[in-house]
Amino acid sequence: MQDKPITLKVLDIVSLILLGISTYLALVFAPTELVMGDVQRVFYFHIGTAWTALMGFILAAVFSVVYLIKKDLKWDRYQVAAIEVSLVFFFITIVLGSIWARPAWNTWWTWDPRLTTAAVTELIYIAYFMLRQGIDDPDRRARFGAVYALVGGLSAPITFFAIRLFRTIHPVVIGGANAEAEGGFAMTADMRVAFFFALFAFTVIFVDLYWNRIRLGNLQEKVEQLKLKVTL
Amino acid sequence: MAENVERTTKTHTADRGSRTGNFFKAVSAVVWKDLQAEFRSRELFSAMLVFSLLIILIFNFALELDIKTRQSVTAGVLWATFAFAGTLGLNRSMAIEKDRGCLDGLLLAPVDRSAIYFGKVISNLAFMLIVEIIVLPVYSILYNVNLFQAGLLLVILLGSIGYVGVGTLLSAMSVQTRTRDILLPILLFPVVIPVLLAAVKASSGYLTGAEFSEILLPLNLLIAYDIIFIAVAFMVFDNVVEE
Amino acid sequence: MIAVKKLVKRFGLKTVLRGVDFEVQPGEFVALLGPNGAGKTTFLRILASLSRPSLGEVKVAGFRLPNEAAAVRARLGVVSHLPLLYGDLTAEENLRFYARMYNITKMEPRITEVLEMVGLENRRHDLVRTFSRGMQQRLAIGRAVLHDPDVMLFDEPYTGLDQDASSMLDDVLKTVAAKGRTVVMTSHDLARAEELATRFDILSRGMITASASPTDLRRGNLLTFYKEALAG
Repeated sequence: MQDKPITLKVLDIVSLILLGISTYLALVFAPTELVMGDVQRVFYFHIGTAWTALMGFILAAVFSVVYLIKKDLKWDRYQVAAIEVSLVFFFITIVLGSIWARPAWNTWWTWDPRLTTAAVTELIYIAYFMLRQGIDDPDRRARFGAVYALVGGLSAPITFFAIRLFRTIHPVVIGGANAEAEGGFAMTADMRVAFFFALFAFTVIFVDLYWNRIRLGNLQEKVEQLKLKVTL
Repeated sequence: MAENVERTTKTHTADRGSRTGNFFKAVSAVVWKDLQAEFRSRELFSAMLVFSLLIILIFNFALELDIKTRQSVTAGVLWATFAFAGTLGLNRSMAIEKDRGCLDGLLLAPVDRSAIYFGKVISNLAFMLIVEIIVLPVYSILYNVNLFQAGLLLVILLGSIGYVGVGTLLSAMSVQTRTRDILLPILLFPVVIPVLLAAVKASSGYLTGAEFSEILLPLNLLIAYDIIFIAVAFMVFDNVVEE
Repeated sequence: MIAVKKLVKRFGLKTVLRGVDFEVQPGEFVALLGPNGAGKTTFLRILASLSRPSLGEVKVAGFRLPNEAAAVRARLGVVSHLPLLYGDLTAEENLRFYARMYNITKMEPRITEVLEMVGLENRRHDLVRTFSRGMQQRLAIGRAVLHDPDVMLFDEPYTGLDQDASSMLDDVLKTVAAKGRTVVMTSHDLARAEELATRFDILSRGMITASASPTDLRRGNLLTFYKEALAG
């Protein structure tokens, strides 16, 4: 059994510390938002997970193309890892968003473009894993997975723009001229600190989990190899 | 030996010079074969049609399609019907290729793999359009709305192209999995949502007599989706059928 | 006519073919024998351009696989244990479809000629669905010789056939092979292989382990040779 690389061990610990600090900044340090009150505090993690999950999905689509060209199973493992971590992060994003939406919009869920796209994206990547489940040959599984992740990765943004043809009520916090959208707010300096720190923290946490997941994939492959050696 | 090869192939095989000619010949061979088999058995067509009518019937109970609601939901009911019936057809059409190893037969032929893709897309599209052409008047009669407008027919054509273009690629994958009977709608529906969305929007625009400028946006979206996804499918189809 | 050097085929981690060297001269009829799971079908699928080699060199009819697959396909006829025919088309329509796919000129006389050769002239307007297994298999051979290939591959052509059907198939196979074509056939049926082939190769555990010609076998019969090759 391979030992965990020392960098990864350090990163594990750093991730935990960053998560702790980010929690403190979000829950204690940042001032209470005037209109929405304490519930606004979920926003920091909401954006943190959303940003990293979207990066992960984009990465997965890139790996699709690389795999289809190179046909090296390494890229398939990178892709699975990215999608798996992103799927969980994005689920957290949706749950946090729902918690926020209940007092802010007076409903757990609304069919606004971002929410709908988020739900569709989750469904696409759940379908991705169902597709993989049904295939035994690893090469074919990788090929079909890559093709589907590519099709899904192209379709999700189009879905977003398609729904955007209708009006949105989702607040645009960063660079939004659309301030009249319900629930928008201006960030104070302290909020900004908590916000950018959460972005940073979740990026590191994502990288840490992603690395661990890739390592797991590599170990899985080793196990399969050893099993084959035993049966021969 | 090389001379021998020359001789034997020249006796029956035409000059391999015009590649595009061969490509279209192969596409039309696949389409013709599918239509011929289907006009004989009518399996796929009758299943899709009856299923479509049943879905409309279910919507009738589920939504209480009185005159008022009908106005707003007709486009949605139609596209939901087409989407559900469509997966039935796509699944069956690919299963036929898999059944007696015919997919191998297609792959053994000296034609480009994309010719097989386009052949299947065209025949699947033909089945879907035939079903739609029958569903439309039936719906018109049952609910007393006129669905025969040139604009609406254009939307149906564009929407079906996008749906079938992606559906053919995904059905070629789903029939090669263990869960082949149930997988296609799960794979297909989340990625064709832009098509359904734009098609419903454009259809209801035509049905409620909206300004053309309002309809133009979803129409453009449909065209863009069709082009993007057929191009992608064309590029990756090799990976789906070859080992 | 066929030249294979150090062919390796892996499915994921599993190695099915581990360094196959295989050469066939024009006009030879090679029977490829071996137990289930030895990799016979995989090997034939690679020769047929249906599966890509992982490593090694494969040349069929003077063209390299997989790069010159189209040229190989035009000179290759394949019969597998599945008929590769459409049940809802008639015998004639099936052949017409494949004739178009192979871009065959003077299609109609060729179809008639092939149907006569496989003894299905009087059933040409019947649906393939209504054919017996033996008739389907004969039509499958007709399909495979339609474009007058130089190389033919038979993968277990006798699977599921009764005595009568098998001996009828024998006659067709002999006619097909008699035209100076190069043939590779996999089979379980040693008696049939002995009757048809001009060379016997044993494929065991992903490698060609033994080879013999009928003259070598005068001393012992094929069965003892087969058993010895597998035991050794």
